[in-house]
Amino acid sequence: MSRMNLTRRGVIKTGAIAGAGLAMPTYLSAQTESGFTNAPAGDSVTLGFNVPQSGPYADEGADELRAFELAVEHLNGEGDGGMLSTFSSKVLDGTGILGKKVTFVTGDTQTKSDAARASAQSMIQKDGAIMISGGSSSGVAVAVQSLCQEAGIIYMNGLTHSNDTTGKDKKANGFRHFFNAYMSAAALAPVLKQLYGEDRAAYHLTADYTWGWTQQESIQASTEALGWTTVNNVLTPLAATDFSSYITPVLNSGADVLVLNHYGGNMVNSLTNAVQFGLRDKQVNGKNFEIVVPLYSELMAKGAGANIKGIVGSQNWDWKVENVMGDKYVGSNAFVQSFGNKYGFPPSQAAHTCYAQTLLYADAVTRAGSFNPCAVVEALEDFEFDGLGNGPTLYRGADHQCFKDVLVVKGAENPENEFNLVEIVEVTPTEQVTYDAEHPMFAGGALGSCNPGA
Amino acid sequence: MDAIILQILNGLDKGSAYALIALGLTLIFGTLGVVNFAHGALFMIGAFCAVTLQRILSISFETVDPTKTDFLGNPSTVDTPYIVHWFGPEVGGGIIDWSVPLAILFAIPIMIAIGFIMERGLIKHFYKRPHADQILVTFGLAIVLQEVIKYYYGANPIQTGAPEVFRGSFDFGVLLGFDPNVIIYPYWRLVYFAFAALIIGAVFAFLQFTTFGMVVRAGMADRETVGLLGINIDKRFTIMFGLAAAVAGLAGVMYAPINAPNYHMGMDFLVLSFVVVVVGGMGSLPGAVLAGFLLGILESFASMTQVIDLIPGINQIIIYVVAIIVLLARPRGLMGRKGVMEE
Repeated sequence: MSRMNLTRRGVIKTGAIAGAGLAMPTYLSAQTESGFTNAPAGDSVTLGFNVPQSGPYADEGADELRAFELAVEHLNGEGDGGMLSTFSSKVLDGTGILGKKVTFVTGDTQTKSDAARASAQSMIQKDGAIMISGGSSSGVAVAVQSLCQEAGIIYMNGLTHSNDTTGKDKKANGFRHFFNAYMSAAALAPVLKQLYGEDRAAYHLTADYTWGWTQQESIQASTEALGWTTVNNVLTPLAATDFSSYITPVLNSGADVLVLNHYGGNMVNSLTNAVQFGLRDKQVNGKNFEIVVPLYSELMAKGAGANIKGIVGSQNWDWKVENVMGDKYVGSNAFVQSFGNKYGFPPSQAAHTCYAQTLLYADAVTRAGSFNPCAVVEALEDFEFDGLGNGPTLYRGADHQCFKDVLVVKGAENPENEFNLVEIVEVTPTEQVTYDAEHPMFAGGALGSCNPGA
Repeated sequence: MDAIILQILNGLDKGSAYALIALGLTLIFGTLGVVNFAHGALFMIGAFCAVTLQRILSISFETVDPTKTDFLGNPSTVDTPYIVHWFGPEVGGGIIDWSVPLAILFAIPIMIAIGFIMERGLIKHFYKRPHADQILVTFGLAIVLQEVIKYYYGANPIQTGAPEVFRGSFDFGVLLGFDPNVIIYPYWRLVYFAFAALIIGAVFAFLQFTTFGMVVRAGMADRETVGLLGINIDKRFTIMFGLAAAVAGLAGVMYAPINAPNYHMGMDFLVLSFVVVVVGGMGSLPGAVLAGFLLGILESFASMTQVIDLIPGINQIIIYVVAIIVLLARPRGLMGRKGVMEE
C-alpha cells in the first residue's frame, strides 16, 4: 500500500507547475507541434480583426468590421457568396479555409499605436488568431505590422495610405491591398494638368505625421514634374481643429491651388475653413483658385457636406466603379449587392479593402495548402488576380504592395442621394501608378524574411 | 500688414470660444470650488443641440420616385421634410436654414437642465473632496458624455451650416483702405465674435447689476459669511452651475457652423480652456476673458508662416510657453486673487 505524503510546500509547487502549464499561451504550445505560431488544431481557425472601434475613425472601423463579418460568412458558405463568384482564383469553395470553419475575434485600435499593438497581441496570445487585419491609420498599421512580424503572424493591412507601410517600414509578414500616397499623386497628376493646367502655384497644408509627410512629398514631386511650383508647405498639428490661422496666410500668398494633405476630421475641418474663407470663389493670377484633397473617402465626403462639391481627389475603390467604368471592375457589384442587402447602404473603400484582404488571405492559405505564414507569403508574393473590384491586380513580391488601377474622383455637384457624394472622374491605369521597388520615396527599409514564429 | 490684421481677426475669433468656455469654467470654480473637467463636454453637447434641432426640423417622409433607382437597383425614394411640406419650400426651407440660431432657444433649457442634473446628481457629492477627486470624476463624466454622443451620432463630423445669408465672406480690407479681396473674413465668424461679446457682457452685467449677482459675488468672496446672513448660497450656486452650462452650450451651438461638430470637440477645447483659466487667474472672470483673447491672438500669430520659419514648431507649443512664462512671472495668473487654490 503506498502512502501519499501531502505537504504544503509540495502542493504549492505542484499547483504552480500545473498553473503555469495551463496559462501558457496557446501559440507557444501550437508552435512546438506545427512549427508556426497559432497553428489551428481543431476544426476551426480564428482570424483577428483589429479596427478602430473608438476614437475619431470609429465609423470607418465599424464599416471595416461589417466587411470582415461578411467575408467570414462567405468563406463559411453563408450568404450569397459575394466576390467569391467573381474572384479569378477558384480555390475557395465556401467550406471555410482548408476545411476549417472560420471564426473571428475583434480588437479596438483606438487609432493609437500602443493600444493597437496591445489588442493585436491579445488576439494572438489569448485568442490564437492566425492572421491579423484591419486599421485606419498608417501609424497604427506600421506598429501592428511590426508586431505581427515579430510574432510570426500574417498581417493583412486594411486602410493605410502612407508610402512607409510598404516602403521603409515594410515587413515580410505584412501585405497591403490598399493604394498609397505615391499612387495617389501619380494618378492625380495627369488629371490636375488636364483640369487646371501646367502653370500653377500650390500651397500645401500637411498633417504632421508619417502619412501626411509621404502624401505631401508625393504630391509635390508629381505636381512639380508637371511644371507647378510649390509656394509653401505648412505642417499642421494632428490635434488641430480650427485651421483658420493656417488658411488665412494662403489668401495672399500668390498660390492658386491649396493641397490639403489631411485625412478624416482634419480634412473635414480644413476644407470647411478654406471654403468659409472664400478660397473657392477666389481668383489668383487670373485663374480660379482650386482645392485638392489627394486622399478621399466617402465618410470624409459625408462629413464635409456641400464643401466637397467639385473637389478633386483619389480613391482605392468606389462602390459605383463597375457601373460607371464597366466590366473590368467586376466583383464590385457583387460586393455592393451582398453588403447592401445585409446592411442597407453601400460599402466604403475601407470595407472593400478589408473584405478583399480576407479573401486574399484565405485564398493564399488554400493554394499553399498550409496556414504556415511562410507558405502564405510565398503564395501571395507576385500573385496576379482579378475579380475583386479593382481589375487585374498584382501583389508584388518585392514589397508586398498591390498594383492596380487608381480612381480619380471629385465631390458630386448635385448628389442624387446621400450615397452618391463622389463622382468618378477617371481611372488611372496600373502602369501609370507603378514604381520601382527601390524608388527613393520607399527606400530605407528591408522586407526581410518571413517569420513563422517557431 | 494684411496678414497681421487677418491673424488678429483669427485670434479674436478663437479667443471668443476660449473665453466663453473659460468663463463658464471660472464661474463654476469661483462659486462651487469645483474643477470641472466635464465643461468641454458641455460645449460639445451645445453643438449637438444645433445638430439635433436641424435633424428634428428635417424629419421627412419618403415618396417613391419610379424614374430613379437606388444603389441596389430598387426604385429610389425622395425625402421631403414635413416642415417644407406644411409651410412650403420658402418658409419651411427657411426655418431649416436658420436651425443654428434657432438652436439657441432650444439649447438654453436643455443646457440648464443638464447643468442642474450634473450638479445635483454628481458634483455636489464632491464639494468637500480634494481637487484631484473632482478632476477624476468630472473627467470620467466627460468621457461618458462623449461616448453617449458618439453612440447616437457616430464618430464622423456632422456639417451644420450657418444660415445662407451668413455664408461667404466680408471684405474687411476695403473698410481699411486695402484693395478688394485682400482682407476677407467669414461672416459667421464675425457673428460668433459679436455673439461671444454679447454673452460675456450679459454674464458680467448679471453678476454686477442684479441682486442675485451681488449675492453670488459675495458668496464667491466669503461663502461662510453669506451663509451666516441667512442666505441659501448653495441654491444660488446650483443656479450658477446651470448658467455656466448654458454659456458653454451656447458657445457650442454657435460654433457648430465653424467646424462640423464631432463627439470629441469638447476634449479638443478642454485643455486649452484650462490653460486659459490658469493664465487668467483661477477664479477671476475678467482674467478668463482677457487670457482667452490673448492666447487666441498669440496662437494665431504663432501659426503665421514667417513665425514658423523663424521658430519651427512654435505653433504647437505657444500657448504652453506663454502659460509657463506668465506663471513664473505671476504665479496667480494675470488677474488671479490671493488665496484661491492656495489653502
